[in-house]
Amino acid sequence: MHIQEELSQRHVLSLTVSNEAGILARIAGLFTARGYNIDSLTVADITPDHGVSRITIVTSGPPKVIDQIMAQLDRLVPVHKVTDLTESGPFVERELALVKVAGVGEDRIEALRLADVFRAKVVDTTIESFIFEITGTTDKVDNFVGLMRQIGLVEVGRTGVVGLIRGKDAI
Amino acid sequence: MAEKSGADILVECLLDLGVEVVFGYPGGAVLPIYDALFNHPTIKHVLVRHEQGATHMAEGYARSTGKPGVVLVTSGPGATNAVTGITDALMDSIPMVVITGQVPTQLIGTDAFQEADTVGITRHCTKHNYLVKDPAKLAGVIHEAFHIATTGRPGPVVIDIPKNVQIATAPYKRPEPVAHASYHPQTKADAAGIDAAVEMLAAAERPVFYTGGGVINSGPEASALLRELAAMTGAPVTSTLMGLGAYPATGPQWLGMLGMHGTYEANFAMNKADLIVCVGARFDDRVTGRLDAFSPGSRKVHIDIDRSSINKIIDVDVAIVADVGSALSDMVALWKARGHEAADLSAWWTQIDGWRAKKSLDYAENATEIMPQRAIADLYKACNATGKDIIITTEVGQHQMWAAQHFGFDAPNKWLTSGGLGTMGYGFPAAIGAQMGNPDSLVICVAGDASIQMNIQEMGTASQYRLPVKIFILNNEYMGMVRQWQELTYQSRYSNSYSDSLPDFVKLAEAYGWTGIRIDGPDDLESGIRAMIDTPGPVIVDCRVAKLSNCFPMIPSGAAHTEMLLDPSQVKGSMTDEAKALV
Repeated sequence: MHIQEELSQRHVLSLTVSNEAGILARIAGLFTARGYNIDSLTVADITPDHGVSRITIVTSGPPKVIDQIMAQLDRLVPVHKVTDLTESGPFVERELALVKVAGVGEDRIEALRLADVFRAKVVDTTIESFIFEITGTTDKVDNFVGLMRQIGLVEVGRTGVVGLIRGKDAI
Repeated sequence: MAEKSGADILVECLLDLGVEVVFGYPGGAVLPIYDALFNHPTIKHVLVRHEQGATHMAEGYARSTGKPGVVLVTSGPGATNAVTGITDALMDSIPMVVITGQVPTQLIGTDAFQEADTVGITRHCTKHNYLVKDPAKLAGVIHEAFHIATTGRPGPVVIDIPKNVQIATAPYKRPEPVAHASYHPQTKADAAGIDAAVEMLAAAERPVFYTGGGVINSGPEASALLRELAAMTGAPVTSTLMGLGAYPATGPQWLGMLGMHGTYEANFAMNKADLIVCVGARFDDRVTGRLDAFSPGSRKVHIDIDRSSINKIIDVDVAIVADVGSALSDMVALWKARGHEAADLSAWWTQIDGWRAKKSLDYAENATEIMPQRAIADLYKACNATGKDIIITTEVGQHQMWAAQHFGFDAPNKWLTSGGLGTMGYGFPAAIGAQMGNPDSLVICVAGDASIQMNIQEMGTASQYRLPVKIFILNNEYMGMVRQWQELTYQSRYSNSYSDSLPDFVKLAEAYGWTGIRIDGPDDLESGIRAMIDTPGPVIVDCRVAKLSNCFPMIPSGAAHTEMLLDPSQVKGSMTDEAKALV
């Protein structure tokens, strides 16, 4: 007997939650307990009184599983609202990465040229290294990191995705 | 404003919330609360013998009275011992509030004596949980906890209170009801869903009501409305294990329980129906059998207060997110307003009568040994003859299924069993809890010889509080359901399922000051049951039944509703790996 896997789709979910102790464990634990995937998860408070946080989760699964994830998140007591950005219309998603690249001579110049193409900023430099700051979609960051790997990538830090729907309204 | 200690605030809140009984066990981290409860004039504390017992007692109390069960245990092992009962309450949607002591706040995280990360451990087996670090916040949290436990889909809520928070003081004022920032369960159905459901019911040729524990949770009015709607439409009614009693077993449209050990007529009606109205049930794997063969030709309506239950297992055509009672009331009103009449379902009933004629609950009687089914049937008959209010609890296993099949329930809240989690050790403490909440009822725990030993220490609790509970053990010297599965799946290799070294249950009863009765054979059955019922105090009955009886009918793992085994001759003794891998 072999275990069968189902086809998955990527979804970006946006949640507002009460900013209370244990909320992140509650959400991350729900995903592990029910066997859902987390590709990335970001969280920070978004109101002046620090009472509400926005959590953006990139997950993947068949449509039925995504629907279950939404319903399961929605019934957690501290969760205010759950939105599937992927389903709710056009939306903007960004992540930020810090990318450290080491090298001298032509490699250094090529790194700067590529950074320019990707509109990455230099935020730290030494004679033999740069740290670039790049924002964009996950794909764009992946591509940039992939190119830097060929030049002299040392290490990467990524924030994971945040997203908002386009237009004047809140979700 | 007068200041009160955290412990006093807790007790004050319990009073405000109408709590009459607390099931608990003291320990270092709850001593301040126990002192506040010392000789309390109105809150009765039931001292259990093990914290798991306290949680099941609270469940039995809650399920039989409709009020939330309250548990009080200490930190560390007190809390971890309660985890099974908390999980059981989550799976079966039982309203329960568990108060756990915790080490003082400055010691949290230091691996202090009897420290456990209670909120971490219980995060996924509670509906919600709290660690309260400030006595000023305690009252608000306690009121909110009871609100969350008892509304929406009910469930267990844990409040972890560090010892210094129980002693420190804060101003206390009874909290005003406040709108919760994020918790707003939907209880009233959208009109469109009700409209669609009513029209589908009116047009259906082969409808079935598939009802569950949600009808019980919604309160007795929901059961009354289910009966009204069933009578108006003429549709047959089946129920899950958890929903027994919502529609009366003596009712004319009753098909019996459905699912793995349900009746032939219930499962075939589900399979051949053109409309299934699921009322407060959740398409559990014990109910559906093989999913791709589940009721293939039907349209499906699902009423559930928990949106995550909808389309979780089975895709439905009409989803109604609402309290069952409210949705049924809307459906009854709309059915009347539209002037619908019951359709002519005689062809459907003829088909059902054909399935009924299989008499799937029949079993071969035995002149020398008591058949366990006969024991339950005789118990039912004897209970009925008393004219008393009867509450039956069960442990988990064959005896549980036989009780569900052969004992008839005509009212809600009279059948207490562990359905979702399937917790051996549930039934006896649940009986104690039910007896606490229903002092005049005849409360009987139907048990197996293995299950009863999982919380048998609570005999002391029943003795201490003079609770006249009865334990009726179907003793076949096996973990019968395990043995049955081994017979079906593993060519009768009975690996560790024999109950070796059983105690003498009659002597055990006497040791606790109970009455013990042994029923050895068919000739003693009736008189033994009568003696149990007539004996005023707590009684254990050791009813020796046929050792190798199997529970039929049965849908084996991975099989469809139409592939039921009706008797032992159909057992092959082996299964495919795919079927073996299913639960």
